Amino acid sequence: MESLYIEYLPIAIFIAFAFGLAILFALSSWLIGKQLPDSEKLSPYECGFEPFEDARIQFDVRFYLVAILFIIFDLEVAFLFPWAVSLSNIGILGFISMMIFLFLLTIGFVYEWKKGALEWD
Amino acid sequence: MVSIFFYLFAFILIFSSVFVITAKNPVHSVFFLILSFFNATGLFVLMGAEFLAMLLLIVYVGAVAVLFLFVIMMLNIDFKSLRTGIMKNARLGLIIGVVLLAEIIFSIMGMHYGKDKILGTNLSVVSNEIENTRLLGNVLYTDYIYLFQTAGLILLVAMVGAIVLTHRKRDNVRKQDATKQVLRNKSETLNINDIEIGKGA
Repeated sequence: MESLYIEYLPIAIFIAFAFGLAILFALSSWLIGKQLPDSEKLSPYECGFEPFEDARIQFDVRFYLVAILFIIFDLEVAFLFPWAVSLSNIGILGFISMMIFLFLLTIGFVYEWKKGALEWD
Repeated sequence: MVSIFFYLFAFILIFSSVFVITAKNPVHSVFFLILSFFNATGLFVLMGAEFLAMLLLIVYVGAVAVLFLFVIMMLNIDFKSLRTGIMKNARLGLIIGVVLLAEIIFSIMGMHYGKDKILGTNLSVVSNEIENTRLLGNVLYTDYIYLFQTAGLILLVAMVGAIVLTHRKRDNVRKQDATKQVLRNKSETLNINDIEIGKGA
């Protein structure tokens, strides 16, 4: 357990440095720079003109479809990692088990391909 | 030293979860949700559950949080007017909250008093000798084969459901068909007319 923490220590140091630097930059620009705010400086702008509308507009639902299909295949790949690591221990049953799992998802893949869900138009 | 990290992660996790609920702007809520995912990752690493930690990062931060942002941006509604009906929905929210709290309490009680009864076997996913990924892999595909295949079926249903709900044929688009373009021959496309001089106009 201790060795695991030692392995993660560089990541912790890295994150601490990243946070420290981010705070340092933001704080020093705020402290060193001259702060003379007025209403024109603080107002939001869109390349020099007033924003026309709210930034939150309706997206095409196809973006959502792409994202949800990505999540599904992401999860499928996530299941492959422990399987690949311990394939030598789990024998033929484990192998067949994964093949059935992949076959099920391949059915879904063929369905979405034939349905045209992967095409943008 | 480890307990310092535990308290740090747990503290940020709890406070960012509170901010998820209380933040006025739903986009800020999603960002606080992502922060709480990161801190939960830290807690998983402290428990030794490395694979679950990385899965939380890849699946939840990388995909689910993005989907949440999509949903919030696609819902083109006035969030201020949505807040007015809070007392109307408070009763339902309270019931769901109580159910979730009861689940947490029961699982903690099961962890302390009846581990074998609830989980069926005394399997631990955290060990000192074998890494977490290998421990999961050793049981997931053989001992828990039905649950694993059920997960596959659920993913299939989700895929088909997403396509059925959101995919629709658009009639007014013209598409370029490369095969059709390449396969057509000269006689279909090219007409050579013999025009007399001075009659061309």
